[in-house]
Amino acid sequence: MGVDLAITLGGARLANPIVTASGCFGSGKEMSRFVDLRSLGAVVCKTVTPEPRLGISPPRGAETASGMLNAIGLQNPGVAAFREGDLVWLAERNVPAIASVGGHSVADYVRCIEALRGAAGLVAIELNLSCPNLEDRGFMFALSAERTAEVTAAARAASDVPVFCKLSPDVTDIVAIAEAATGAGADGLSLINTTLGMAIDPLTFRAKLSTGTGGLSGPAIKPIAVRCIWQVHRALPHVPIIGMGGIAGVEDAVEMILAGATAVAVGTANFYDPTATETIARALADFCEAHGIASLDEIRGQVKIEG
Amino acid sequence: MNPVIRLAPVVSASRFGAYRELTIEAPEMAAGARPGQFLNICIQPGGAHLLRRPFSIARADRDGGTVSIVFDPIGLGTQWLGAREKADIVDVVGPLGHGFDVTADPGVDLLVGGGYGTAALAFLAAELEARGGEVHAIVGARSRARLYEDTILDESCASIAVVTDDGTAGVQGLVTDPMPEMIKRFAPRVVFGCGPMPMLRATAAVAADAGVPSQLAVEEFMACGVGVCWTCILPVRANGSLKHLRSCTDGPVFDGEAIAWA
Ligand SMILES: Cc1cc2nc3c(=O)[nH]c(=O)nc-3n(C[C@H](O)[C@H](O)[C@H](O)COP(=O)(O)OP(=O)(O)OC[C@H]3O[C@@H](n4cnc5c(N)ncnc54)[C@H](O)[C@@H]3O)c2cc1C
Ligand SMILES: Cc1cc2nc3c(=O)[nH]c(=O)nc-3n(C[C@H](O)[C@H](O)[C@H](O)COP(=O)(O)O)c2cc1C
Ligand code: FES
Repeated sequence: MGVDLAITLGGARLANPIVTASGCFGSGKEMSRFVDLRSLGAVVCKTVTPEPRLGISPPRGAETASGMLNAIGLQNPGVAAFREGDLVWLAERNVPAIASVGGHSVADYVRCIEALRGAAGLVAIELNLSCPNLEDRGFMFALSAERTAEVTAAARAASDVPVFCKLSPDVTDIVAIAEAATGAGADGLSLINTTLGMAIDPLTFRAKLSTGTGGLSGPAIKPIAVRCIWQVHRALPHVPIIGMGGIAGVEDAVEMILAGATAVAVGTANFYDPTATETIARALADFCEAHGIASLDEIRGQVKIEG
Repeated sequence: MNPVIRLAPVVSASRFGAYRELTIEAPEMAAGARPGQFLNICIQPGGAHLLRRPFSIARADRDGGTVSIVFDPIGLGTQWLGAREKADIVDVVGPLGHGFDVTADPGVDLLVGGGYGTAALAFLAAELEARGGEVHAIVGARSRARLYEDTILDESCASIAVVTDDGTAGVQGLVTDPMPEMIKRFAPRVVFGCGPMPMLRATAAVAADAGVPSQLAVEEFMACGVGVCWTCILPVRANGSLKHLRSCTDGPVFDGEAIAWA
């Protein structure tokens, strides 16, 4: 009875822990034809950059076993158009928004954050430090502890809302990157972005994506995500984590919370089940009720490891 | 209309030539569907192939509350769909996308269809004819077995030219071969096209040469079909600049002259 699903994300208060994964839900306008956005904790919007970006040429996606590859190249209308358009649209509907910002340099992130200052309805900012599709992969901030710390410190200083750093699983030691981010002031972490993959058509010899490689998402990566969340939560138990990677149903969400996630984001599942977010949010309340869980604090990080 | 997601029973499953046709019961989709729109269908419930496959709406029977698709069983999803039988259930999202623009006053139009792409044009032909238009068509395919033929198309068109790559039906050649002659003879306002991308590209070029606008239904990989993943983009030129528009929500029908072919 009366399960309280409300959570606090680095100061931001959300009605429930189910949010959307950046780049997998637009800003909610298209998906509002299928789900009630007010049933979600927040909408995490698609990554924006200081200036509009055209993104890469097609083909941009390919299906793989239990997942898919994508290479979009951060196509977006630029932060100003995003603030005036999508953010206003969400605020008018009282849907809490988390903006995702990206770029090539520390200055790019700061420009985006400054352009978002004071925006109505904006409850947090996610720094996409881990998009694998930028021209120069060496530039991915989340591959380096120093660069992660540098951009996080600048972003934290510029932002008037909590800052979450979105990290890549494609590193030897994700805990070291997570500690660099929180050490530089990150209010929380988003784990995980896609992991780099590739697929080749055996008949044409062609790579299935125009860039050759791309980000793998969907249920195929869920065990990697659960492992990353568990490792980071164990090292940094007080840092809120938005967990994502292959969430398709309520059991997946519970699994991530048991590994240590505070919120759970739904990405690729929206593509094949446009009602996934609302379905999971509603099912989570039922799950808690059925299992006698009064608050998610009772189960967060409570995975049992025998032996 | 807003698209819906629903489980729909199969009303009939049939085959003709190389193609399959599936008709499902979905009254709200039948009522709202426009020619050129598509359905996004789950092809392996509970399996490892998660993404839906898009299919043009080949027919919408508003009175009967059914919609039909026509497909070529070339891969995993189309073969799974090809194995569906009457009373089986399919999981469908639709109708999706912007269809062909048929709002202009009735006039003369030319339809150019390749392979199963002709099925979507049969739906369009019926609509144009019902609005008082005069419709001519060129239908083509690799061979007779891949030629889409249908009585609705026959009844809706004032003339139909048939071409096949191998000459097993109609005249041997490509759909673009009879185009200049038919454009000269009938002076269509618009060329409507649906078929494989290389065919659409050639169709756009011939129409542009003749000074006739074209509306083409394109096929791109689509992960979501509902406008949120940005995998399906088509490069389009607008006001001198290149734009990446979503085939699923900004299309799948585009102005042939604006498409920036790869
Ligand atoms: C808007 C839109 C409308 C469409 N309408 C129709 C329609 O009305 N009827 C229809 O049959 N299809 C239509 N398609 C294409 C349809 O979605 C594909 O046939 C389908 O994606 C193939 O799925 P599959 O699971 O059978 O093949 P997969 O298992 O995904 O692919 C099997 C193999 O076939 C190749 N392949 C994929 N598509 C084609 C193709 N078109 N021709 C040749 N090889 C291919 C793949 O590269 C792969 O190697 C449409 C696509 C779009 C975007
Ligand atoms: C098509 C697509 C586009 C994405 N775009 C972004 C993006 O713009 N910014 C970002 O931080 N993550 C992006 N992601 C990554 C997702 O937000 C998420 O981290 C990842 O897909 C794992 O979750 P999932 O398996 O539920 O999709 C994208 C993923 C996909 C599939
Ligand atoms: S298929 Fe996802 S945006 Fe078009």
